[in-house]
Amino acid sequence: MAESLVVQTLASVVAASSPLVFAGIGETISEKVGVTNLSLDGSIMLAAMTGFALASLSGSVWVGIVGAMVVGALIALIIAVSNISLRQDQVAVGFVLTLLCADLSSFIGKPFVRIPGPSMAHMPIPGLVQIPILGPIFFNHDMLVYLSYVAIALTSILFKHTQPGLKLRAVGERPEAAFARGINVNRCRYLYTMLGGALVGLAGATYSLSVKLGWSYRHTAGFGWIALAIVIFGGWNPLRVAFGAYLFGALGSLASILQPSFPNVPTQVFQAAPFALMILTLLLVNAEFIERLPLYMPKFGNALQRILQGKPPAGLGKRFESD
Amino acid sequence: MKLRERLSACALSAAPFVLTFVFCSLILLLAGANPFAAFSQIISGAFENYRKIADVIVAMVPLLLCASGMLITFAAGLWNIGVEGQMIAGAIATTAVVRLLPLPAGWMLPLTVLAGMLGGAVWGLLAGLMRTYGKVNEIFGGLGLNYIATALTNYLIFGPWKPADGATMSGTDPFPANAWMPVIGDTRASLPPIIMAVLAVLCVYLLLRNTRWGLRLKAIGMNRLAAERMGINTKANMLLAFAACGALAGLAGSLQATAVYYRLIPSISGGYGYLAQLIVLLSLLRAEWVPFIVFFFAVIHVGSPRLELRLQLDSSLGGILQGTIVLFFLLMRGIREVVKRRQERING
Amino acid sequence: MHIELQNIHKSFGTVHANAGISLEIREGTIQGLLGENGAGKTTLAKILSGYQRMDSGNILIDHKPVSFGSPAEAIRAGIGMLHQDALDIPALDVLDNFMLGSDTSLFLSPRQAKLKLLDLCQRFGFALDPNTSVNKLTVGERQQLEIVRLLALGVRVMILDEPTTGISSPQKVLLFRTLHRLASEGISIIFVSHKLDEIEQLCSEVTVLRQGTVAGSVQSPFSTSELVMLMFGQQFSVSPRPGITLGEPLLELDDAAVSSYRLNVAHMNLSVRAGEVIGLAGLEGSGQQMLMRACAGITPLAHGKISIHNHDLTNRPYQEFLQLGVSFVPAARLEEGLLPGMTLKEHFALLNGSEFVINWRQAEEIAQRQISEYNVVGTPDTLVQSLSGGNQQRALLAMLRPELRLLILEHPTRGLDIGSSRWIWEHLLKRREQGTAILFTSTDLDELVEYSDRIVVFSSGIMSAPVDARQVSSESLGYMIGGKST
Repeated sequence: MAESLVVQTLASVVAASSPLVFAGIGETISEKVGVTNLSLDGSIMLAAMTGFALASLSGSVWVGIVGAMVVGALIALIIAVSNISLRQDQVAVGFVLTLLCADLSSFIGKPFVRIPGPSMAHMPIPGLVQIPILGPIFFNHDMLVYLSYVAIALTSILFKHTQPGLKLRAVGERPEAAFARGINVNRCRYLYTMLGGALVGLAGATYSLSVKLGWSYRHTAGFGWIALAIVIFGGWNPLRVAFGAYLFGALGSLASILQPSFPNVPTQVFQAAPFALMILTLLLVNAEFIERLPLYMPKFGNALQRILQGKPPAGLGKRFESD
Repeated sequence: MKLRERLSACALSAAPFVLTFVFCSLILLLAGANPFAAFSQIISGAFENYRKIADVIVAMVPLLLCASGMLITFAAGLWNIGVEGQMIAGAIATTAVVRLLPLPAGWMLPLTVLAGMLGGAVWGLLAGLMRTYGKVNEIFGGLGLNYIATALTNYLIFGPWKPADGATMSGTDPFPANAWMPVIGDTRASLPPIIMAVLAVLCVYLLLRNTRWGLRLKAIGMNRLAAERMGINTKANMLLAFAACGALAGLAGSLQATAVYYRLIPSISGGYGYLAQLIVLLSLLRAEWVPFIVFFFAVIHVGSPRLELRLQLDSSLGGILQGTIVLFFLLMRGIREVVKRRQERING
Repeated sequence: MHIELQNIHKSFGTVHANAGISLEIREGTIQGLLGENGAGKTTLAKILSGYQRMDSGNILIDHKPVSFGSPAEAIRAGIGMLHQDALDIPALDVLDNFMLGSDTSLFLSPRQAKLKLLDLCQRFGFALDPNTSVNKLTVGERQQLEIVRLLALGVRVMILDEPTTGISSPQKVLLFRTLHRLASEGISIIFVSHKLDEIEQLCSEVTVLRQGTVAGSVQSPFSTSELVMLMFGQQFSVSPRPGITLGEPLLELDDAAVSSYRLNVAHMNLSVRAGEVIGLAGLEGSGQQMLMRACAGITPLAHGKISIHNHDLTNRPYQEFLQLGVSFVPAARLEEGLLPGMTLKEHFALLNGSEFVINWRQAEEIAQRQISEYNVVGTPDTLVQSLSGGNQQRALLAMLRPELRLLILEHPTRGLDIGSSRWIWEHLLKRREQGTAILFTSTDLDELVEYSDRIVVFSSGIMSAPVDARQVSSESLGYMIGGKST
C-alpha cells in the first residue's frame, strides 16, 4: 500500500514536470545556438491560453497543441529578428515580450476563463505499463508526457551525435569559426531559436491541456522563470536540464504533500518555496568553491565539478556579421 | 533630399505609435470590440474630471520613483528586475512602523518614509549581494525576491497582521489617522509624495550628469573590468546602486501604503515596478524624458479599468498598449540603425 | 594550383588597406608575404580566402576568374587559411573541430573521422589527442589541428597568417618541415609574416607590401637590407642604449607563487630596481601574465611575499598597489583598459579629482592638454572605441599618473605599426629615466632584446633566473622559450 502511494506520487511528479521539461529543453536549444529567449514566462502563458482556446473552439487538442507551438515559435521569431537582424538587446526585448504576452493572454483569454474544455486523453502504453514500478511511473500518462521523453532523447542525440547538432553548438560557441566552416550562422540561429520557441509553446499547451487543466488569469505565472533557471542549473546539457525539471517538479509535489502535515507553517511559505529554491540552486552552481574543486580534491574534483557546473555557450548573446 | 530624409526620420519615430495603434485595434477587433470606442474610453477614463486627473498624478508618483531608481542601476549596467519586491519590502517596513511603534502624529509620517526607504534598500541589497558575491544574475535574484516578498506580505496579512474582521482579501486593518498622508481637496492626490517623486527624478538626473559617483556607475556599466582596473571599487558601487534604487522603490511602496491604500494589501506593488522597467527602456536611460513617458503610461494605467466597466473588456489592454509601444520602439530603433548602416556602406 | 591576383582594392572607411595589389603564386612554392603591421597583408589573405570581399580586382585560379562569397566557397575552390588566432571552437574537442563542416550526412561518423585525423597527424609528426578539448591545446597544437583539417578538406593552397607568433621553437621547426613537405607535394603556401629571418629561411619568393601596395618582389636568396628597404622605405639603425643609473630596489618578489586552476607558478624570486626595464618572455599562458597580475595587485599570491618600495603588499588590496604608484596597462585595451561608450574627457574626469560634483570644464582642459601632449588623434569628445589601436594605447599612457614607481605593460606594442611602436617606447624610456621601473611582456623577441635590461623567461609555469639582455640574441631567447637552454 505504501509502495503504491510512492509510485503514484512519482507518477504525478513525472506528469507535472513535463511542461518544465519542454520549456527547459526549448530554452537550452535556443541558448546553445547563442540566443537567450527571456520571454519564457510570458510565452508559456500565451501559448497555454492559445492552446486551450483553440482546443475548445475546434474540439481537438491537437489543433490547440499546434497553435501553442506556433505562438511560441512566433515569439521566438520576434526575439531572433530583433537580436540577430536589428541588433537590439535580447534581454530588453525578452523582458518586454514577457509582460506583453502575459497581458495578451489575460485580454484574449477572458472568454475562456474557468470554462470546461478538452484535455489530453489518458493513454497507458500497453506492455510497458506492466513493468513493475517503472511502468506505472513513466508509462501511465498521456501523449504529451511521452512526447516530453522524446524531446529529451532527440535533443540529446541531436547535440551529441549529429552533424546539425555539432553545427548548432559551434554557432553558439564561436560564430565566426562556424562561419569559416561554411555554416550559415544567422540562418542556423533563426531556425533553432524558433524550434526552441515551439517547444516552449508546447510547454504552455501541456499546462492547459494536461497538467493544470483549463485556463484562468495568469494561469502559469512563474514557471517560465523557473525554466530559465533550470537551464543554468542544468549547465546547458539536455539530460541535466531534464533532471533539473524533474527535481523541481518533485520538490513542488513534496511541498504540497507535506503542507497538510505542517499546519503551523503558513501556505505562503510553500508558495514561495520554488523561487527560494531557484535562488539557492543558482547560488550553488555559481559558487566559487566549485571552480576550485579540482585543487581541493585531486581525485574526484574534476568529475564533481563537471557534474555541478556547466559553462554557458561562449557565443551566447554575441552578434555575428560576416565581412 | 534633405527634406525627404527628415520626413522619413519623422515617419520612423511616429511608426511605433502607428503600429501600436494598428496592432491593438486588431486585437480589439478579434475580441469583438470597437477599437475607437475602446481608445476613447481610456482617454475619457483618465481625463473625465479633475479627480481622474488627480488619479493620473497618483499613479505617476510610484512610476517616477521606481523609474528614477532604475536609472541608477541601469547606469551601472544592472537589470534590477527586483523593484517590485523592493516596493513591497518598503510597504512592509512602513506597516511595521505604523503597527509596532506608538509614535506621536508629527513623527509618524517622516518615520514611515524612512522605514520604507530602509526596507526597500535592504531588499535591493539582497539582490545586490547575490549578484556581486554570489554571482547570481540580478534578473533571477530580483525575480525570486519579488515572489518571496509577495509571499511574505500574504503571510503577514493572513497571519500576524490579520484584520479584526478576518476579511483578509482587502489587506490589514486601516492605519490610524496619524499615518495617513494628507490629500488635496476631495481628490486622492497628496502633496508630499508628489514633491518627493519630483525631487527624486531631479536628483537622479543631476547625479548621473554631474557627479563622480554617477560617472563611476556609468564606467562600471560600460566595462566593469576596466573600471576595476582604474581603481573603482565596483562591488561596493554596485551594492550602493542597488541600495539607492531599492530605497527609491521602497519609498514608492511606503507611499502606496500611507497615501493610497492606508493599509498593507496583498499586491501593493501593483505591477508599477515592471511598468517602470518599460518606461526606462523607452527613455533610453535619459532622465529628462522619464516624466513625459511616465505621464503617458499613467494615463493608460488610470484610463484602462474603464474598459471593464463600460465595454466588458479586460483592463489588461492597457498593459498591451504599453508593452506594444516599447516593443515597436525597440524594433524601429533597430530598423533605423540598419538603414543608417546600409546608407553608410553605399556612400562610403 | 596557380593563383593570380590582379589589381585588388579594399577600403575600410577612409583606410585604403589594399590599393591595387597584383600577385602571382605558382604551384608548389612557398610564397612569402612580408610587410609591417598595417601594410595590408592580412586583408589580402582574407580576400583570397573568402573572409572579406574585395571592392574591385580579379582573382584567377588556373587562369580562370573566380569570386568567393564566403570562406566555405574558397575552401571548395581549394584555398584555406590559418588565422593568426586559430579560428577553431575551444569548447569542443579536437575530433569535433575536425569533423565540423566536413560532412553532410545527418549522423556523425566519429570512428572514420578519427582514423583520418590520426593518419594525417602521423604523416606530419603531430601528436594530437582526438578527445582533448581544444582549449587545453597550445597555440602550436591548435595550428596543427587547423592544418590537418584544411588538408582533409582537400585544400591545395594554404595561407598562413603570422603562424610563428606564440608557438615554441620545436613547434616552429616542425611547422617549417611540414610546410616544405606540403610544397613538395604540390601544395602552394602563402606565408604571411613581418619577420625577416623566417621569410629568408622558408620562402622561395617574397612579395613585400607597404601601405597597401606591392613595394617589390624578390627571389631567394634574399638580402636582408633590401627587404628592410622595401618594407619600410628606409633603413633603421638600432639606437644605442642610453646609460642609465639604476636606483634603489623597488619591487621584491620573495619565493612568490600564484596559482589558478589552469597553471601554478611557484618559486618566483625577482628584485627590480628603480629605472630598470624587465622583459618577460615566454609563450602565451606560460605564467608571465600571472606574474604581472600579481605584481599589479590583481591576483593574490598563493605563497611568498611581494613588497614594493619597502612596503609589504602581500595579499593587500589592489587599491593599495595603486596608491603606492603601481600601474597596469593591459593588452586587451578595449576590454580591460578603456571604457567603450565613454569619451576621452569622461575618462580623464574619472581618473582625476575626487570632489563629488565633477568640474567638467577642468576635465575638458586636462583632456585637451593630455591629448596634445601624447599626440592622440582625437578630441575630448571622441569616443574611445573609435580611436585606432595606436591612439588607444597613447590614450592609455596619457591617462597614467605622472609619478609612477612601477609600470606593468602587457604587449605594449601589439597591433601597432612601427611608427607608433617607436613612439610608445620613446615615451616609456623617458619614464624609466625618471626612475619608473618597467615590467613588460611581448611576443616579439627583438623588442624584448632591444628594450629590456634583463629578461626573465617563462616556460610552462617555471620562471628562469633573469638574464642580461645584452648577452642574449633573439635566437637564443627563442630556444629558452621553447624550454631548451643554449
